[in-house]
Amino acid sequence: MSKNTLYDKVWSAHTIWILPTGQTQIFVGRHLIHEVTSPQAFEMLRDRNLSASIPELATAVADHVIPTDNHKRPFADSQAEIMTAELEKNVKEFNLRYFALDSGAQGVCHVTFSEAGLIWPGQLVVCGDSHTCTYGAFGDLAFGIGTTQVSHVLATQSMAMEKLKVRRINVTGKLKKAVTTKDVALHIIRTLGVKGGVGFAYEFGGSIVEAMSMEERMTLCNLAVEGGARLGYVNPDKTTFDYLKGKPFAPKKEFERAVNYWRGVASGSDAEYDDIVEINVSALEPIITWGINTEQGIKVSENVPALDSFNGKAKEEALDAFNYMGLSGGQALIGTKVDVVFIGSCTNGRLSDLKLAAEIIKGKKVKVRTMVVSGSEEVKKQAEVLGLDKIFKDAGCEWRLPGCSMCLAMNPDKLVGNQRSASTSNRNFKGRQGSPNGRTHLMSPYTAAATAVEGVFADPRKYL
Amino acid sequence: MDEFVIKENIISSVFGTGIPKPANDQNTDDITPARFLKEITFANMGKYAYLDERVKEGKEIPTHPFNDKRFKNGSILVAGANYGCGSSREHAPQALHRFGIRAIIAESFAEIFAGNCASLGIVGVTVPAEEITKLVEFIRKTPSEKIVVSLADKKVKYGGREVSFEILEGRRQAFLNGTWDALTILQQNAQGIAKVKASLPYLGFK
Ligand code: SF4
Repeated sequence: MSKNTLYDKVWSAHTIWILPTGQTQIFVGRHLIHEVTSPQAFEMLRDRNLSASIPELATAVADHVIPTDNHKRPFADSQAEIMTAELEKNVKEFNLRYFALDSGAQGVCHVTFSEAGLIWPGQLVVCGDSHTCTYGAFGDLAFGIGTTQVSHVLATQSMAMEKLKVRRINVTGKLKKAVTTKDVALHIIRTLGVKGGVGFAYEFGGSIVEAMSMEERMTLCNLAVEGGARLGYVNPDKTTFDYLKGKPFAPKKEFERAVNYWRGVASGSDAEYDDIVEINVSALEPIITWGINTEQGIKVSENVPALDSFNGKAKEEALDAFNYMGLSGGQALIGTKVDVVFIGSCTNGRLSDLKLAAEIIKGKKVKVRTMVVSGSEEVKKQAEVLGLDKIFKDAGCEWRLPGCSMCLAMNPDKLVGNQRSASTSNRNFKGRQGSPNGRTHLMSPYTAAATAVEGVFADPRKYL
Repeated sequence: MDEFVIKENIISSVFGTGIPKPANDQNTDDITPARFLKEITFANMGKYAYLDERVKEGKEIPTHPFNDKRFKNGSILVAGANYGCGSSREHAPQALHRFGIRAIIAESFAEIFAGNCASLGIVGVTVPAEEITKLVEFIRKTPSEKIVVSLADKKVKYGGREVSFEILEGRRQAFLNGTWDALTILQQNAQGIAKVKASLPYLGFK
């Protein structure tokens, strides 16, 4: 059993009592809401004549269905209009904070809530969204919940849960050129597997993680759930505190007092873990996924694995992936034609990600449809101040409005037929990008940018 | 709200025929593709369960276990490892529940999905991989034979066999006590909630 880790400390600070069922009732310090997973929860409250118990602890935004070409209301897609209007109605009725469209604060929930300074070390954060684990970058416990649980949290500011085990992942070594946090995260998943984290909270540490910026830590923690972990986190440090300082919703007058508290929630030097894993990334190269789950990734210098390298059920699964993706075992990905490049999402839609992509695209022309979608209105504004929009537009990219866009295509941004996409998002599941037979390859903003420039999967190293 | 109203909260066992779907890593996008989530109620979700796998280019795939006539009205889904991985969308277990699934026997579950199932009253239990294989063979051979998932003695019973399963004890108790729809029990300790609220310094940071 883990002891004195950040997970243990924050869990026990939020423990209300042990329910008769043996589950723990935990207090929720930050509740985040989006339009897809909340309407039925509000309806459940209405049904039972309940109100939001502590409305000031909740914040909502619409992101998944928002079109990224224009925001003219009503939206052309009537279902998207209904969902957005429903959220707008619910936040009013239940008196919740709302980051409205075109207010300057709208964006992909995990991007905009982070940069608003709403998330601090030591909090317990939930949202009806599996990538809520992104906020672990701040040194808190942040995880996704279902819609029924959203209603529980609204009604009682608490929920029932079982405690997880804690795995410490030490990431060490020296990163080679063009290797980004996205590659590190995909490498951790292909090392431990997509089921490797089931039952665990991941504590990311080691010299590589300590040196990461906050935005990089968000990318890392964002992918924890793709490795099966309910949540991932990084212990808070100076990087965290510096990032929060001056953010709109961060403590102001009592910032020092807050920092003192935040320091105290980090795992102790005597912390005990249920498991410890060492991952050295010195030999790592940019990673591209070839299959239909996130562990099916290869280095740019490698070929897709041969079918014979798999056994039993894994062989069946690989064959299924090859058929779906239109690939054969042993072939090279580099040089394979793509149809669409998508740069964005809560994984890689922040300013630092756009900067990476722009570094490669600057002064060149893209050969395929390339969508660049800021994670939030704030990211878009900052990118435009730096002139990144001009770099992308001059190269022939589409510079779109913020939202989830083609990460999951609940809006008009979709693959068509069996188009092949090079995507900086987080899921390469079948049908994920809007076409039931669309093909998604995950990669870093660098690799996506190099691919956009060549029109085929490309090694970003030669551009840097 | 929609027609999903819980009448009988105590669940001590699930009894029904099986649907075999033993692949590993079946994700929530497989169960309910994102484009079916654009509705503000769960009412239609039953129709969307596995729709992209079941219907290709407008044609129903007769061999898909959710179409296959032999498994019609099955209420016990048998799946592989890491079942329900991916997103937190409750649409996925809602789709299964509305399709008629009342229990899922898998090698393992993704966490969020398992929690969502529990809060809808879908009983999720795990057995080792070789037991999944045997159960799948049994269902394929004798699709009309009933299977019992007994929470009282933690066993799957079928064709004269009894196999022990795993389930989080708290979850098992919640089914047995009828408290798996946790709202009522979460409301009981208002004092406790207020106490933790008062004890968390960060809620007051200015
Ligand atoms: S960007 Fe993608 S993964 Fe992130 S919240 Fe939106 S849909 Fe989900």
